[in-house]
Amino acid sequence: MATTTPDIQRSRRAKSASRPGDRIFSGLSRGSGITLLVIMAAIAVFLTYRAVLAISKDSTNFFTTFEWNPAANPPVFGIAVLAFGTVVSSVIAMLIAVPVAIGIALFISHYAPRRLAKPLAYVVDLLAAVPSIIYGLWGAIFLVPYLDGLNQWLDEYFGWTYIFDKAQDGVARNLFTVGILLAIMILPIITNVTREVFLQVPKMHEEAALALGATRWEVIRMSVLPFGRSGIISASMLGLGRALGETMAVAVVLSPSFVLSGHLLDPGGGTFAQNIAAKFNEANEFGRDALIASGLVLFVITLLVNGAARWIIGRRKEYSGAAA
Amino acid sequence: MKLSRKNGLRASAIGALVVSGALVLSACGSDNNTETPTKDGGTKTSAAASNIACDGAKGQLLAAGSSAQKNAMDLWVKNFQAACSGVEVNYQAIGSGGGITKFNQGQVTFAGSDSALKDEEVTESQKICKGGKGVNLPMVGGPIAIGYKLDGVDNLVLDAPTLAKIFDTKITKWNDPAIAKLNPGAKLPDTTIQAFHRSDESGTTQNLGKYLSATAKADWKYDPKTKSWPAPGGQAANGSSGVATAVKDAEGSIGYFELSYATANKISTVSINTGAAAPVAASTENASKAIAAAKVKGTGNDLALSLDYTTKAEGAYPITLVTYEIACDKGNKAETLPTLKAFLTYTASEEGQKVLSDAGYAPLPAEIAAKVRAIVPTLS
Repeated sequence: MATTTPDIQRSRRAKSASRPGDRIFSGLSRGSGITLLVIMAAIAVFLTYRAVLAISKDSTNFFTTFEWNPAANPPVFGIAVLAFGTVVSSVIAMLIAVPVAIGIALFISHYAPRRLAKPLAYVVDLLAAVPSIIYGLWGAIFLVPYLDGLNQWLDEYFGWTYIFDKAQDGVARNLFTVGILLAIMILPIITNVTREVFLQVPKMHEEAALALGATRWEVIRMSVLPFGRSGIISASMLGLGRALGETMAVAVVLSPSFVLSGHLLDPGGGTFAQNIAAKFNEANEFGRDALIASGLVLFVITLLVNGAARWIIGRRKEYSGAAA
Repeated sequence: MKLSRKNGLRASAIGALVVSGALVLSACGSDNNTETPTKDGGTKTSAAASNIACDGAKGQLLAAGSSAQKNAMDLWVKNFQAACSGVEVNYQAIGSGGGITKFNQGQVTFAGSDSALKDEEVTESQKICKGGKGVNLPMVGGPIAIGYKLDGVDNLVLDAPTLAKIFDTKITKWNDPAIAKLNPGAKLPDTTIQAFHRSDESGTTQNLGKYLSATAKADWKYDPKTKSWPAPGGQAANGSSGVATAVKDAEGSIGYFELSYATANKISTVSINTGAAAPVAASTENASKAIAAAKVKGTGNDLALSLDYTTKAEGAYPITLVTYEIACDKGNKAETLPTLKAFLTYTASEEGQKVLSDAGYAPLPAEIAAKVRAIVPTLS
């Protein structure tokens, strides 16, 4: 069986009539595919080349140094704080955004009356169209002052958890706030994709569950969520990609420093993209190479995250029935 | 139970994804690279009211660099273009580092920079300046104001060691004895000091660092050359406007930015106890007095300045920033040379320097301005 399928496909391909339109279209689509690969390869080569230039002159360990001073003699710079800040703020964003996005998507696809579902879906789409600098300004001017109270409350009642212990005074320009802001920014992407997946659940599954006497919640638990699981994961990965790479909103809101602190409510920390945005303008040639090296690390992290997501989806395909 | 659904939603979702993706992409490319077509021809049509000599200036003059002098450049460009028709000066405020890089790649005719060229940058400039090198021409001075927000305290006075300790978060309360000693009679509250600095790299940070390490060596042990904030504590905000907004919003805060941001946001500024008879307030006039104490450390046509941060002269405000225009002394491109000379002649002239005070900058002191005026016509 396994050996015959490719043969059948090949013979089918050979038999099918080939008109000019076919050839043009297949050329165009193949060209698009190749273009994508070439672009990715070009980015990777560029990042690697410039990064090697920088890292080879770094006088300290590029991965464990808590400082960014490529202009010093000898140059001292490392990505430990940036990697930590990027991952932590994205994790906070995911913890908040994924459950809420699934809730919104389920509400739109299964609960809301149709009159409400349509405008709601439209509003979510609109949220995706707001530029990130607007989110940043909103975050810095509106959100930060309002989160001060929440920070104090968390410090008072959850300070014993260490991560919510506010050791430094100061306004809420910290990784926690950045996480909340990122959650809002990635909400529309995750909501849109999961909503679409939930709408694709075969009616038969749901009707079968209903026929067995399931309530609406049980229908969702038994047929919608299992079917949508891989979709939820891909949607979350899209969102995570945006959270990892978000630049302007973080640069405007965060009060960065090169101190690694587990206290999420203290100002400080930084992310790759924010650090590049903040340092790029004044950096000299070598400083730019150093920033590009940090960009390469972000590139690799994103690649790993996406790879992991593919792997998880691949493993779950058989259960979900979403194999396509 | 609702079992029917719309497939049309799918298309709209994909559409939304595409749109949001495009926005994310376009939000990253914020540099304004538009080059409007130039009108050739017009020369010497100086407006009756101004004394701007256009002397063969024509076409487009590209420049890039320091954002600290952007407001001054905007004024000069406006006046210059009004006087000389057919000339377009395009100054991109992309930061000093970016400006120097572009200058050394030959993409711009002159660069604006918060600090003089380093030796290796001068060497690199010799490739572009055939037979010459890049020279620093001081053009715009400006006071760096220390802004604060503290209810009930109007005329705060600080000295360099106290300032260093505050920004290094060694002094954390406003009623600290060191601050109280400098401000007898002021009612200093028991508030925590929130010290704000720039999160991006900046010549403003660098000049404050130079001032602190020149005047309070014992309390400020950091590298004075760094453009990014060297101390571990405190809070940060993006850009001078970010710091000014943060200081304006937070009670008990202190931060540094160009004077124009303090004026625009109505932020109180600290007077500095320099050792002179009276504490010196941050003003353009007082900054000019301090810059006058600077020595020229450049040789030949290079007018790189070495500022005297420790000056005790009466009414001289020591925390200042001088930005340079960087051009080739020899080997400028023939087609842009007349425009470059005409423009720099205007900016260094009395008339050009006069417009600076209104924008929160300090005019060059007479002696230094005279030297700049002597060198500009010799550019070739």
